[in-house]
Amino acid sequence: MHLDEQWALAPSVALRPEPFGALAYHFGNRKLIFLKRPELVAVVRALGEADDVRAALVAAGVPEAGWPSYLAALEGLAASDMIRARQEVAA
Amino acid sequence: MKLIEHFELGLDAPICLTWELTYACNLECAHCLSSSGRRDPRELTTAQAEAVIDELQRMQVFYVNIGGGEPTIRPDFWHLLEYAVNHQVGVKFSTNGVRLTPERAAYLASPACGGYVDVQISLDGATAEVNDYVRGPGSFDTAITALQNLKDAGFTDAKISVVCTRQNIGQLDEFKALADEYGATLRLTRLRPSGRGADVWDELHPLPEQQKVLYDWLMASGDNVLTGDSFFHLAAFGEALPGLNLCGAGRVVCLIDPIGDVYACPFAIHDNFLAGNLLRDGGFQEVWQTSPLFQDLRSPQTGGACAKCDFYDSCRGGCMAAKFFTGLPLDGPDPECVQGYGEMALAGARSVPAASQDHSKANPTRNQPVMLKLMTRPPVSDCAESPLAGFVP
Ligand code: SF4
Ligand code: SF4
Repeated sequence: MHLDEQWALAPSVALRPEPFGALAYHFGNRKLIFLKRPELVAVVRALGEADDVRAALVAAGVPEAGWPSYLAALEGLAASDMIRARQEVAA
Repeated sequence: MKLIEHFELGLDAPICLTWELTYACNLECAHCLSSSGRRDPRELTTAQAEAVIDELQRMQVFYVNIGGGEPTIRPDFWHLLEYAVNHQVGVKFSTNGVRLTPERAAYLASPACGGYVDVQISLDGATAEVNDYVRGPGSFDTAITALQNLKDAGFTDAKISVVCTRQNIGQLDEFKALADEYGATLRLTRLRPSGRGADVWDELHPLPEQQKVLYDWLMASGDNVLTGDSFFHLAAFGEALPGLNLCGAGRVVCLIDPIGDVYACPFAIHDNFLAGNLLRDGGFQEVWQTSPLFQDLRSPQTGGACAKCDFYDSCRGGCMAAKFFTGLPLDGPDPECVQGYGEMALAGARSVPAASQDHSKANPTRNQPVMLKLMTRPPVSDCAESPLAGFVP
């Protein structure tokens, strides 16, 4: 995952707001993942509209020092097909 | 705050919702958690059930575990299944297989279900002898036929759901082989003394040494085996098993019964755990979010006699329903506490609560498991060795 890549929430994933952040549910592979920080939820929601990952992090107000851990979290979400690289979403 | 603490405080909607569509059943399993058999005349109508699905969609309950009774004998079962799938509510349904004809299997495998449907076939023995002993004559063949139909139709990854008992713990490898044979996933769950299970728990629940066998097996071969997070009391053997190590009743788990009553957990069908009724009390969301019972279950609990235990963090005192239906205090050890405190507690003074509802058939039919007949006779002395002692076909 790089800051200048373009990603988006996968089409068959729904986010359910919860006090700790959100539940992400994938209707296809039936995985349930807990997004344990409201900021991460904001990043994930921003991904699809933002120019790139960096812009989504900025839009969600994540300080630069925290970006590596957010990138790692996004990689985890990508591994479960919760988010997809944007060309694939369009395809 | 750690995630588990959020769970303890309860979520805005359940994660693991079970919905029993009917109390009617073609079988009469000895350990039925919901004492099913007869249809309740107050059963939700099709329109009421659709309204429940609409509400689950609004609440973003992503999937629901449908059970019963035998859900597929409700005439509108397939309609409701489709309705749920079309409303972004995935379905995992449990069945004894009775209605899983080749045609239905083909439907489940078709794009109409879009992979939103999971099928779970109940099997409590890897052989007909052991299975039919508790589930009744012919039930093994019914389940196997259903698995075969699913496989032939190209339905992938059905689940074989096994309640672990004293009689079948020795068959874990056979269950796994059976699952592999049908391209299915094995799911093992814990026997709780709920429903008719209360009557047979003493005879069926795994012996202490069998609990260790189960734990070791799960540790060694449990990677692709589902457990419904039901064995967290075994964490006190050492390492915690993967999953949600906490009693989720009323916090992330709940049950909607066939008449719309909402209980804290499918294993806790009793007035003490009845939060309300979705028809009378303003809908499911209202009951889930505001019922005093659920508020209470979400308030911080004390560990009671367990608080001093080294394993409290992973075991958390075990299963509330198991304690309740064996007459043990809810803030003490589980009756199957692997540190041995449960046996001590069971040996002490306790009174087992009376059932508050029962939909068992008034007159047993030919499907009744043999073990109930055994139980009406004087105890058979060699019963402890063989589940089939005294069984003459
Ligand atoms: S009462 Fe038992 S079965 Fe129900 S959620 Fe709690 S631990 Fe699980
Ligand atoms: S004493 Fe309580 S916490 Fe400890 S193992 Fe037994 S049931 Fe679990």
